[in-house]
Parts: sequence; C-alpha cells; structure tokens
Amino acid sequence: MMQMDSGGGGKKKKVGERKKADTRVDFTPMVDMMMLLITFFMLATTLSKPQTMEIALPTKDKGDESQRTLAKASEAVTLYLGAGNKVYYFMGEPDLEKPNFLIATDYSAEGLRKVILEKNRAAVQKALELKDKKIRMLISQEDYDKELSEIKTQDGTPTVIIKPLDNSTYENMVAALDEMLICSVGKYAIANIDENDKKMLKNSNVEF
Amino acid sequence: MAKIQVKKKDTWIDMTPMSDVMVLLLTFFMLTSTFLKPEPLTVSTPMSVSEIKIPEKNILSVLISPEGKVFLDLDGPADRIAALERMASNYKLELTDKEKYEFSIATSFGVKMQYFKQFMAFSEDKQKAELPKLGVPTDSTDNQFKGWVLAAREAKGDKMVIAIKADAKTPYPAIKEVMSSLQDLKLNRYNLITSLREVELTPSGK
Repeated sequence: MMQMDSGGGGKKKKVGERKKADTRVDFTPMVDMMMLLITFFMLATTLSKPQTMEIALPTKDKGDESQRTLAKASEAVTLYLGAGNKVYYFMGEPDLEKPNFLIATDYSAEGLRKVILEKNRAAVQKALELKDKKIRMLISQEDYDKELSEIKTQDGTPTVIIKPLDNSTYENMVAALDEMLICSVGKYAIANIDENDKKMLKNSNVEF
Repeated sequence: MAKIQVKKKDTWIDMTPMSDVMVLLLTFFMLTSTFLKPEPLTVSTPMSVSEIKIPEKNILSVLISPEGKVFLDLDGPADRIAALERMASNYKLELTDKEKYEFSIATSFGVKMQYFKQFMAFSEDKQKAELPKLGVPTDSTDNQFKGWVLAAREAKGDKMVIAIKADAKTPYPAIKEVMSSLQDLKLNRYNLITSLREVELTPSGK
C-alpha cells in the first residue's frame, strides 16, 4: 500500500523522502469576512425602488378656459383640505350664503372614503370585478388598464375637485389623491381656492 | 484492564463549497447594487396605495424639506455639466473645469447661483454641513428652480421624469410654489414619491 505514515513508522522511512504537508486550508476566517461583506452589500443596496404616484395638472393657459369641460353639478364633489387632518366637502352646486354649508370629515376609512365610495358605487363595483378577473389571469395587463380607465371616466362617475388650503400639509394632499385611487375616481383635479371658496369657508367657520 | 476508548472523530468541516457560494452571492450583490444616494436631509414620504415604480434613468428629483427648502438632483454627469453651464451663463458665472467636474460627481444640489462659486470652494465636509441650510430659491422674484428645471430639460430632452419627494409634514404652500412653477413651464406630468401602504376594499364598500 502506498500509505504514508509519518507518525509511527520512523524506521521504515527512507532517507530523503519528503514529509507530505497538510494542504488543507482553514476557510473559516474567509467565510466570516464574506458574510460580513454580503451583509454590508445587502443592507447598502436599494433592492426595492420607491413607489410613485403619477399626477397631471391642467395647464395654466387662459385660452383653455372656454374649452374646459365643466363638470355636471350633480356629479361634482369639492373637497377642502384643512388644518388638523380635517376635510370639508360639499356636493353639487356651491351655496355662498348658507352658514355651515360645508360638511367636516377626516381621512379615515369611515370618513372621506365612505363619502366618495357612496358617490362612486357603480364604478367601484365594476373595478373590483375587473381586478378579480385580473387576479385570475383572465385578461391581460393592457386590457385591464384600458377597461379600468373606461370604468373610471364613464358617465355617472363623480368629478372631484381637491382644494388644499394653505394650512394643510403635503401628506393631506397625497392622502386625498390616494382616496381617488382607492375609490376608482378617474376625474379629479387639484385647484387653488378663489374668492367664492373663501366666502364659503368663512360661513362655515373654517380657518384657511 | 480494558480501557474503553472513544474514537476521536475528526471535527474538521470542509468549508470550500460554502465559500464558493459566498463568493457567488457577494459577486451578485456587488454587481447589482446601486447605492443609496446621500440626500442633504432625510424626508419621510407620505403613504399611498399606488404601486407604480419610478424609472431608473432620466430623473430630475426634487427634494422638499419640511421647512420648504428645495434641493435638486439630476442623474448623468454629462447632463449635469450641461445644465450647470446653462445656469452659469444665465447668471454670468465663469466656472473652472474643476468646479464643473466636482459638480458633476456630487449628488443633490441646492445653492443660489450667486453663492455657487463660494460654496464650491468649501471643503467637502463643510459643503455637507452647509447644504441643508441652503436650497434653491423658488420665490417669484428670482425663481432659480424654474431655471434649473429648464436647464435640466434642455440637457435631458422630453423623456425627463420629474419626481417630487417631499416630507409628509411639509406645509402645502411650499408644495404649491413648486407645482405652480412647474405649471408655468408647462410641465404638467410628474411623479410624487410615496411609500407603499395596503388598503382592503370590500365590494360593498363597507
């Protein structure tokens, strides 16, 4: 047998025979270091990209004013985003004289969402059915997007006008826009308050 | 006397396959990583259900601090230099190549153009300390924010995406200023960076 025994058989060893070195290298420190590096890279990388919300604002051009499609009063909901996470809203035509015309609510599921859902029930129902179809992979992504935008803008869906007051925060604006997404509202806009709005806010004792 | 001798087992574990896997993982992470860009100040973005991801390239990011200070960031060193040169010529600044280079490899910027040369002469640490106190002016008398957006658009072209990243507690007037500046430039489409939240909606809406 070609067994090399460097231990006991000293006498058998020929003169000049080399002692076979142990070629095993201890990898443990290397593995330790690797672990550290991997942990560092995993933590330092941005594995997930940030989410965004796409919005499009109308142009400021005065010439467009005449072409702007006016929302039907019965379908309009106007929201005022106020201080302290409060929302004030009215439906339909504004009433400049009536005191306490604006109704106050908040951004919770029982507040603003309920109001918008009530107004947009048919579209929400259809959007949910469509989403269910999408989950069961009955329709493609393109068809889904197309149909969803049709549902969102069909007749009978409300037009929401969001008017953030100067004492509201960015979070309030995003929360309001988010409700539009949740409630499948396709027609919404962000606008600034004008004199009529100020009058109404004053009548309802809302600070702005 | 018979001694019961427990045979000594070899406790040596072969680490070679493990280190192989480790090297592979490490290479993967090193190659795929894009580092978080340092921002002049940290902002906590508001929550939203929107799941749209932001594109990777051609982004002009607008960072708005809770105090309403505005910082900008543009990707691509060449585009940064192009935008800077345009701004410099608007404000009649003579820039050295060193300043241009340093600007191109820096991250967020937000300095008044009148103060630009002075700021670039600072050491890196001082710049880092000073930047959060500054910001691009957005007021109507000297709206340098508009100038930067125009310059960036000229460098990037139509495909440029504007991403607004603002702190949840930012008062609305600061946002309004930025949005109406963008509206003036007829840039009506932009993205608001948010963090994801989940909302369950039942069919009946209850």
